[in-house]
Amino acid sequence: MIQKKNSGYWGFILKVLQSGSCEIGDIIRIKKEDKIFEGILIPRSESRDDKHVVIKLKNGYNLGIKITSKTKIGRLGKGVKPSFAVPSLPKQKSSLPKVAILSTGGTIASRVDYRTGAVRSALSASDLYGVVPELSDIARVETEIVFSLYSENITQLHWSQIAKKIEEHIQQGVNGVVVAHGTDTMAYTAAALSFALQNLPVPVILVGAQRSSDRPSSDAALNLLGAVQTACKAPFAEVVIAMHDNLSDNLIGLNRGTKVRKCHTSRRDTFKPVNSSAIAKVNNNKIIMLSNQFVKRDTKRKLILKPKFSENVALIKFYPGFNPKIIDWQVKNGAKGLILEGTGLGHVSKYCFESIKDAIANEVIVGLSSQCIWGRVNMNVYDTGRDLLNMGVIPLEDMLPETALVKLMWILGQTSDPEEAKYLLTTNIVGEISPRTLPSEIYDEGK
Amino acid sequence: MLDKYLEIGLKIGLEIHQQLNTSTKLFCNCKPILFKEDPDLTFLRRLRPTQSELGQVDPAAFFEFKKGIAMRYEINKESACLVEMDEEPPHPLNEEAVETVLTAALMMNANPVDEIHVMRKTVIDGSNTTGFQRTCVIAMDGWIKIGEKIIPIQHASLEEDAARKTAIEKNGKITRYRLDRLGIPLIEIATAPVIYSPQEAQSVALVLGQILRDTGKVMRGLGTIRQDLNISLVKGALIEIKGVQELELISVVLDYEIKRQLNLIKISEELKAKSITEDSLNRTFIDVTNIFKETRCKIIKNSLKKKNRVYAVRIKGFAGFLKRELMPKFRLGTEIADRARYWGKVGGIFHTDEMPAYNITNQEILLLKEKTKASEQDAVVFVADSTENSKAALNAVIDRCKEAIIGVPAETRNANPNGTSRYMRPRPGAARMYPETDIPPYLITKDLVAKMKSNLPETSKIKIARLIKEDNLNKKLAKQLVSSDYFLLFESICKKTSVNPTTVAVFLTETLIALKRDGVQIEKVPEQKIINIFIELDKGRLTKESLSEVFIWLSKNEKKDIPDALDSLDLTMYSMNQINTLLDEVIAENRETVEGLGKDSFGSLMGIVMKKARGKVDPAVVAKILKNKLK
Repeated sequence: MIQKKNSGYWGFILKVLQSGSCEIGDIIRIKKEDKIFEGILIPRSESRDDKHVVIKLKNGYNLGIKITSKTKIGRLGKGVKPSFAVPSLPKQKSSLPKVAILSTGGTIASRVDYRTGAVRSALSASDLYGVVPELSDIARVETEIVFSLYSENITQLHWSQIAKKIEEHIQQGVNGVVVAHGTDTMAYTAAALSFALQNLPVPVILVGAQRSSDRPSSDAALNLLGAVQTACKAPFAEVVIAMHDNLSDNLIGLNRGTKVRKCHTSRRDTFKPVNSSAIAKVNNNKIIMLSNQFVKRDTKRKLILKPKFSENVALIKFYPGFNPKIIDWQVKNGAKGLILEGTGLGHVSKYCFESIKDAIANEVIVGLSSQCIWGRVNMNVYDTGRDLLNMGVIPLEDMLPETALVKLMWILGQTSDPEEAKYLLTTNIVGEISPRTLPSEIYDEGK
Repeated sequence: MLDKYLEIGLKIGLEIHQQLNTSTKLFCNCKPILFKEDPDLTFLRRLRPTQSELGQVDPAAFFEFKKGIAMRYEINKESACLVEMDEEPPHPLNEEAVETVLTAALMMNANPVDEIHVMRKTVIDGSNTTGFQRTCVIAMDGWIKIGEKIIPIQHASLEEDAARKTAIEKNGKITRYRLDRLGIPLIEIATAPVIYSPQEAQSVALVLGQILRDTGKVMRGLGTIRQDLNISLVKGALIEIKGVQELELISVVLDYEIKRQLNLIKISEELKAKSITEDSLNRTFIDVTNIFKETRCKIIKNSLKKKNRVYAVRIKGFAGFLKRELMPKFRLGTEIADRARYWGKVGGIFHTDEMPAYNITNQEILLLKEKTKASEQDAVVFVADSTENSKAALNAVIDRCKEAIIGVPAETRNANPNGTSRYMRPRPGAARMYPETDIPPYLITKDLVAKMKSNLPETSKIKIARLIKEDNLNKKLAKQLVSSDYFLLFESICKKTSVNPTTVAVFLTETLIALKRDGVQIEKVPEQKIINIFIELDKGRLTKESLSEVFIWLSKNEKKDIPDALDSLDLTMYSMNQINTLLDEVIAENRETVEGLGKDSFGSLMGIVMKKARGKVDPAVVAKILKNKLK
């Protein structure tokens, strides 16, 4: 029987449809006043009202019909279900490198059910080859669905899970691992994996799409191809994000997982390197290295997995009128580390000083990075900065606030010794802190 | 006349697309305007064919994709934003556009839907950055009456216009599109296929166009309206002809299409009579490059320089058929060449029916026939291009020739400005449409429909009656005005000035038509300038006689305004003092006439004055002063 869960219909309409034994995909007839509508019953968004039924007409158009107690709905028969023939797996060329593609829920590959309009994810290897046939020319692909989540629902526990899965596939000797991920929190996961996967022998590439892959203009396929190329043959063994580099479909930017940020709500080239430049770019199947500062690929190197993350770290943004009780609340509720996102060179207002002192007195590690996003904090320039330093607030150089948060979560997952934690926080581990800032390392709209 | 069409089973349906004159585009806040300057920004995109519901990617589409076909899009800041670039989700449906379509639909007695659902219609030729066109049904099942006949209206829809193609680069590998037109709202009206003659089709289009203009919210000018014609003959096929831009062309296009189909049917019958069947045609493509090693044919010579090859295929029994004319200046050979261009991306093909030509010698033809084992009865088609393209082209040639044996192939064609049409693409299967999930459904309430019903714009009949009664226009002029694009402009001029309505109406209909016929680019003078011309006339700063002259000048000097025109044309009106001086001069110069004839010299003097100052003086004013002076 038709249910709210799979149809989106509820309340009055659901009852009407149930009493008429109508299922999604059935051909139904609606008689309303002197008008008759015939079409296929289509699911409806749950958040809409319970007064309209959506049908697909013969000519392909959908429309919503308001149903009243006088409207008659009848079922004419079952719609013809399209028999989806899973494309046969192309012959795996044994000469090609092996790449693992792990999926965490980004719709990197999906197809539309044109009958109902539902988008289904396509994640098996054969599905992937079906959607992106060129893949079979560049790699032998093994796929695994780790979980299927919108990226805003991903937490530290999921980072650990992904890291473990990556380890498994690397143990089996793949040339690289690609992780399909929703873009919203992709940069956090990239930072987390950068810390959790120490001593990587091969590259790990996160990839996603800003336009869903059911549309012909999707950026998913090109991003995925760029990621798989990188997994196959990039000379480095680091965690990077592979996404469009500009508005055109011709260049994929590869940015280090600790130095990259989602900078636009909707553009394809949303990921920009911050206080850094791209490690490399992929153009027309070629990897162009832009930096010689990277960890070289070395399959003999032994991966060290450190997948634990603390849940007692918070990122707090300071703003004019900020209530310092937010800091007090965090400390009272078990925070072991706080990253303050301060203004400018690294400041928060004097009226927060008491709360910060209390936090530090309670052995909470307090780090400070800047909400300017670009640039390095320097807390020696103004009184406020110097005061904060004296209290024991730790300046976090040119680290992104998000990366600093993830790093402190990871550190407190490894050690409970505050001195060691402080030492680690200010020490560059996987490229999250750079000693020099160059003038070109700023988001340039014109490029 | 009609019997003729009855006999061949002619059925026509119309689909009219008209741009709406809304203040912003359909899914964003950009202005619906086009730009002529260089673009502010370009970017390159590719569209990947998506899986069909059966899990397959269309091999032909994927083949095209793999060849690296790409689009270069051009934008400027005023007419496009991230939405057109497919870099930002669409904003909710433009209310003004929805209400305009509702108005037109109600005027056509159609039933609005309760809830509008925007759909994505897959289009991967690059004319939409997204790879689909957004479209939605607003109302269904209407009708209009023409004479005594009811023409059912299947649906009134609202859709986004596509980007416009501006160039082809790199041998067809890159198509340039401009995004200014993308997202301009279009109303689509589709009639049932119940039209039985080309003339009737034209009058239905006329009436539909009139109703759309009556909404007062449609754009005008070339390119703002596009008619698609669906035409079928019993022994022929269903053909969709797209993009007829001018109303007067509809019957011409249909006449030519009927002619084309009848000629194709005749060819098929003749071929069958000669026992030529589909199996008679082989796909044996022979490399004949050697024959043309020393050719004087420039096209082949240039192609060989690029290391291309020449391939030929024999078409059994087709000698003489390829040169058969289907429409004026359009032969079966043309039809076949269009197919070859579409599928093989070749510049064109050669065939023996058109030889000798292009500096290809008889000797070369003889060798060609020998090599392909073609008899006198057979035709040979050959092409010079890359092996891949040549083979694709010749395959398309064989496909089309096989279809010629069967009869008329169903296809989508594109209308040419002279009324003929060319192959555009195969007819699409059932439209691949799926919901546009980024745009919430749009509720049409009973209250809104009731409110709109009671506020429908005047129909043309009522307008004409009002013009005759209130503005004293004669019936012919009133009818002309209402069916022109200028009715609203007429109303606003009459509201803003006290110029005689007949003067305004005559100028906006007869004068403008005459000027257009004389080659004046009337679209270069925007409405505001036309209004200003009449304001100046009203204030006495120019005369009725110089309206056309000023208008022509403005059409040639787009950036200038009326004072510049008056200056440049030396049409600045005389002041009273200047008129007095001029009259005194004329009287002095013609002392003898004045003394001899006295008051009776008026006519002759008036003539002299007007010759000197036509367009710069009001004749009535001059006459009055002159009469006084002669007393």
